[in-house]
Amino acid sequence: MNQRMLLPIRKVFSDTLFELAKEDKDIIVLTSDSRGSASVENFAKYLPEQFIEVGIAEQNLVSIASGLAGCGKKPFVFSPACFLTTRSIEQIKIDVAYTNRNVKLIGVSGGVSYGPLGSTHHALEDIAFMRAIPNMTVILPSDVNQTRLLVKRLVSFVGPVYVRIGRNPIENIYDSQKDIPFEIGKGNILLDGDDITIIATGEVVRIAYDAGILLKERGIYARVIDVHTVKPIDEELIIDSAKKTKFIVTVEEHNVKGGLGSAVAEILIQRCPVKMIMIGIPDQFSITGSQKEILEYYGITPEGICDTVLKELGKT
Amino acid sequence: MERDIRFLENKAREIRRTIVEMIYRAKSGHIGGSLSSVDILVTLYYRILRIDPKRPDLPDRDRFILSKGHSVEGYYAILADLGFIDRKELETYCRFNSRLTGHPTVKVPGVEANTGSLGHGLSIGVGMALAGKMDKKDYRVYVLMGDGEQAEGSVWEASMSASHYKLDNLIGIVDRNRLQIGGPTESVMSLENLSAKWQAFGWEVVEVDGHNIRELINVLKNVPIVPDKPTLIIAHTIKGKGISFIESRPEWHHRVPTDEEFIKMMEELN
Repeated sequence: MNQRMLLPIRKVFSDTLFELAKEDKDIIVLTSDSRGSASVENFAKYLPEQFIEVGIAEQNLVSIASGLAGCGKKPFVFSPACFLTTRSIEQIKIDVAYTNRNVKLIGVSGGVSYGPLGSTHHALEDIAFMRAIPNMTVILPSDVNQTRLLVKRLVSFVGPVYVRIGRNPIENIYDSQKDIPFEIGKGNILLDGDDITIIATGEVVRIAYDAGILLKERGIYARVIDVHTVKPIDEELIIDSAKKTKFIVTVEEHNVKGGLGSAVAEILIQRCPVKMIMIGIPDQFSITGSQKEILEYYGITPEGICDTVLKELGKT
Repeated sequence: MERDIRFLENKAREIRRTIVEMIYRAKSGHIGGSLSSVDILVTLYYRILRIDPKRPDLPDRDRFILSKGHSVEGYYAILADLGFIDRKELETYCRFNSRLTGHPTVKVPGVEANTGSLGHGLSIGVGMALAGKMDKKDYRVYVLMGDGEQAEGSVWEASMSASHYKLDNLIGIVDRNRLQIGGPTESVMSLENLSAKWQAFGWEVVEVDGHNIRELINVLKNVPIVPDKPTLIIAHTIKGKGISFIESRPEWHHRVPTDEEFIKMMEELN
């Protein structure tokens, strides 16, 4: 077990943005009484002129950001993913996407980060909602090092983006010392292999990667891909993987209907149909417990993924 | 002054004619609410707003948001009259692939926000007013809302935040024609006491006759009425104003005139 101090993505996201905001007065952070959960207290305290609190009013939150963007500001909206993407979905569709405003929507504590709090606080349909909206880019960073690059990129990227991040500290995937490839819309191959492919997004990429390592120990060589950008998705890499390996497994902290698995299936069924297995939360209101317990319950663990793959290969 | 008011009243009549023509030609539109808001729009666009049709993106321009996006015909007619768009383009209103859709979008020069779903405009206006304060610019933001729209909860989220942030550069206007698609506002969902509600939310409220251009100019030239407070103007209007046989009749929310009705309407407006 890694003994280093682990950081949550939300903290790194905010700290990176804070440094950039000191130099760029057009960066504006907005929250809906969520400065704590979003880790943006720094803005409230040290850059108050670049911080807007709207109170518990997510619809107003998103439309205000649209108005700011219409006047040349670069708003970053922070709110729990569960509220941001459902309470304000029409504001997102119309005031952000349809009007095509440069608004960055940051859904914090996504997936089952708020596990014990129940389904009001789970965001397991946000990817489905957001990727069905034209003009919207949808990104789920997988670790803190990638997040640092993402935030820098978002500041210069013009257009509507939804970013989903989690609440809890997570293990790294990328070495901060090395050059990490990061390009919006391009997946990263973390492990290469020609038996099967595992495609994952967000904070469960680490789990998919560990599953790849377990499979290797069993003599199965998996290609593991970090698809941080669910929309626009890296079609060519998915097709290439479908051609080179036997089948494709998708892994996501999201309802299996409408998320990453669906996005991958939409490509494959039209261009290169292959067997697929979609791992995620089934189409039901999730069981409650810690994030870890919930993921374990639904088999979203290195062992769970490994077993699923072995079974499909007839090796158990 | 008298001559100027007469000029604006004639302009309003001309815009009313264009509205009726557009709706009759397109066989689509919202005639009642468009006619009730004409005098407000004419006052704003011809005497109040600091705008330049040749440079619609000027950073220091005043912003106008038509939150009641369905009253779009008069809006397009004025944008065309002022030269933001070509007058000829009005003929494409609601036609296949026209940018002059039944609710406005920023594809049309001069339009600041895509509207059509009610209850968004004031929040967008709050964002624009906040940006103006941040940049220490003196432009103003005007948002025209419907009265039926006041039932949207998001209007009150916006209202609360505007007074919290002391946005005296923000002016909300309610086209109080007392009718919505389902009938009188007070029977669909009572709004009164509307003035008291806005005052309780921290706004300075003024009530005017929304068809009296002189009164509208007087009020609009004097905002903010109280420093650090946003201004809400309740403009009392008549739905379908200008055409006797459709005035205050809820069925004319979005009815399209027949050939005979069209002729009668144009006669009344001449």
